Amino acid sequence: MLMQEIAYDIKCELLGKFKIETEYDIVTVRQTIRQCAKDAGMGIVDQTRITTAVSELFRNMYNYAGGGEVLIESGEVDNHNALIVTCIDKGPGIENLELAMSDGYTTSMGMGYGLPGAKRLVDRFEIQSKVNEGTTVRIMKWK
Amino acid sequence: MHDKLAIQLQSQILEEIAKTRAKGVLIDISVLEMVDSFIGRMLSGMASMAAIMDTSVVIVGMQPAVAITLVELGLEMPGVDTALNMEKGMEMLERRLNTRKQDFQ
Repeated sequence: MLMQEIAYDIKCELLGKFKIETEYDIVTVRQTIRQCAKDAGMGIVDQTRITTAVSELFRNMYNYAGGGEVLIESGEVDNHNALIVTCIDKGPGIENLELAMSDGYTTSMGMGYGLPGAKRLVDRFEIQSKVNEGTTVRIMKWK
Repeated sequence: MHDKLAIQLQSQILEEIAKTRAKGVLIDISVLEMVDSFIGRMLSGMASMAAIMDTSVVIVGMQPAVAITLVELGLEMPGVDTALNMEKGMEMLERRLNTRKQDFQ
């Protein structure tokens, strides 16, 4: 599978910046993102898709990297108005991205649906990871 | 619903099953606005554990958006039976208990 790297040339407006440090943060930031999706005029199914996708990503950050940072942005990408969520952690990084992105792969208690599952729920999925430095995942949902 | 609460709920329900000797458990998830792989696994685990205790679990009231997302996520919940609403769920449980009775006869 070809991995899309993160392009940093997108013009966007920052809607919020949050830290994921506890389980409660997962819930509150997830709710914030649902509200952003709602405010952006997304329907209930798309709201649920992006909320579920970020939940998977937050859980990865919390379980594997001990937490991280989340940026919520709004911007224009390829002529689409997009809600953009970026998850940045300084955890151990992912050694084999291709393997981590394949269905059924897991390193811990999970069933391995985290990354590929989240990818299927959004319109764009970008990931960058370096061993011992961390992982950044950016997802976008068209409004 | 955060993780610890979900795990708490799991053990609470199992304790209640033991205490009340319930033959069936109906779980209404209509208030859940999303089910991610963690909650899905928790529900599935609860159904398997209840089955070992000879109790049937039926999950009812899943919101359409949640059902769509679960399928797209690719999450399978082995051992979990679902019904549209409480009424259908109760019918399902009753049918199960009746079949089981017949098996004994």
